[in-house]
Amino acid sequence: MEQERKALLTVQDLGIDFGGLTAVNSLNLTVYDKEIAGLIGPNGAGKTTVFNMLTKVYEPTRGTILFDGQDTANQSVVDMSRAGIARTFQNIRLFSKLSVLDNVKAGFHNREAYSPASAVLRLPVFRKKEAVIEEEALKLLSIFSLSEEKDTLASNLPYGAQRRLEIARALATKPKLLLLDEPAAGMNPQETEELMDMIRSVRDRFAIAILLIEHDMKLVMGICERITVLNYGMMLAEGTPEEIRSNPDVIKAYLGE
Amino acid sequence: MKKKNPFGRILERDQGRRALSFILITALYLIMEAMMRSGNLSSLFQSLLVPVCCYIVAAIGLNLNVGVSGELNLGQAGFMSVGAFTAVCVSGYLSASVPSGILRLVLAILAGILSAALFGIIIGIPVLKLQGDYLAIVTLAFGQIIKSLITNMYLGFDENGIQFSFVENKTSLAPGGKMLLNGPMGATGTEKISNFTAGFILIVLSLLVVYNLIYSRSGRAIQACRDNRIAAESIGINITSTKLLAFTVSSSLAGAAGALYGLNYSTLVPAKFDFNTSILILVYVVLGGLGNMTGTMAATIILVLLPELLRSMQDYRMLIYAIVLILIMILTNNDTVRTNMTRVKNRIFAKKEGRA
Repeated sequence: MEQERKALLTVQDLGIDFGGLTAVNSLNLTVYDKEIAGLIGPNGAGKTTVFNMLTKVYEPTRGTILFDGQDTANQSVVDMSRAGIARTFQNIRLFSKLSVLDNVKAGFHNREAYSPASAVLRLPVFRKKEAVIEEEALKLLSIFSLSEEKDTLASNLPYGAQRRLEIARALATKPKLLLLDEPAAGMNPQETEELMDMIRSVRDRFAIAILLIEHDMKLVMGICERITVLNYGMMLAEGTPEEIRSNPDVIKAYLGE
Repeated sequence: MKKKNPFGRILERDQGRRALSFILITALYLIMEAMMRSGNLSSLFQSLLVPVCCYIVAAIGLNLNVGVSGELNLGQAGFMSVGAFTAVCVSGYLSASVPSGILRLVLAILAGILSAALFGIIIGIPVLKLQGDYLAIVTLAFGQIIKSLITNMYLGFDENGIQFSFVENKTSLAPGGKMLLNGPMGATGTEKISNFTAGFILIVLSLLVVYNLIYSRSGRAIQACRDNRIAAESIGINITSTKLLAFTVSSSLAGAAGALYGLNYSTLVPAKFDFNTSILILVYVVLGGLGNMTGTMAATIILVLLPELLRSMQDYRMLIYAIVLILIMILTNNDTVRTNMTRVKNRIFAKKEGRA
């Protein structure tokens, strides 16, 4: 059944070297439309490096990344955002001195664009676009229960709310694929539970694919439809949560022999 | 009861603070005009009005670059210099063909803005691709280079056209010709067409430009790049062009300020716009508060006037100036003072809202 779904992201034989060090090698990864996929592996396995290659923070040394049918070779970070990949960061990266609302509004940068000149002259196009941005941004904030904090500075938000704001900002770019880098880091079991519901509802409401890196196995096994396991920069296994759970190689990588 | 905001929703945030800067500067202008008309203003004070306006405009521009965009610029005086000498030359060249002083002033200021913006773009494109303090280093050098360049420029015109020479004066003008730039002597014989009202209008316009830019898509992008480059790029913001926008607007405002300044004196030497001037403008910005335009204006007014008002103290003048600087630094960075200031502000604004 999964084979019938449209592949949104196809990564073939992906690899990157930093000097003499091969951080990731011959990785194959497919993310289908509207699915929740997981990328797991022990510390230092190269998971975040994969995210950085997918968003072109790093240009891969080998292999191809096909996104939405397009080869992404030599595309910039900005190009990837325009193409429809949005991400969050392992160590939260918000615009700390902007308000919560402005953080989300910043995400509309390319979606509702107008020139600086029309902003300075306050032309009708400015008013029209800003009205749309305001409305959509408030909608996003209410989805992530941040409406009441809209005028708070992002740096003054509690940790959990900062994580939610980062996801809201990423969604403001209207992505087709959302990359979540350890969304449950630092959350207690109850917050993680809420996060799982939230990720599912984001996928359903925005009809997007989600690829997430996570150490919390309960979360990964609970919401991911397919999981890819990385170890020492190499792909160790790929399959459904059940297959991964019973895979002897994965157990060995995590628990040792 | 509540009136519909005529500016749309985006202007609601910080509206009070922004309105305050316009109200304060208009009030100051009206008071000064009234005092000038009734003859209650000393000639020293009168002579300072236009320079204060110029420094305010340059400082507002610099605050956009340093406070909002977070890039250090140590050459704002260099951009003022470019604007000033361009404006003086344009005004001198047009003196016969455009007799109206106001029109010539407008044209000269526009020329000053354009030339300063051009230099801003030329410097900004390569430098703003880099991360770190490179802009500070390059603008510092730019300020020095511009000073040396203009010190060595000879430019004149007569009925046969424009003559230009570098390092040595090789121009030989026909009778009736006019020198626009005279090497180290700078521009001489400039017709003074700047006035206080033009300065006030320029301040209001630069406030409008800067505020409208900050509270817009571009302003959010500029601040996003300042707060977190990586995240800004990840949501599709082009960092170089965003920072370039802030830097170019900042340089253009310095160009406008320089143009107004240059046309306020009959003689203008290139050495006027040296490194010290750049640092002074930076001091106005830092003491006024990064990103705080009202504070910048207040700091500029106080710090330009202070040395002049203290002239009677003679030797102690700079000592008192330094003490005032230190006091402002301590007070604006003191938590207790800040909390009390916020409390006072909140009370004022709460009252206003209560009445309305």
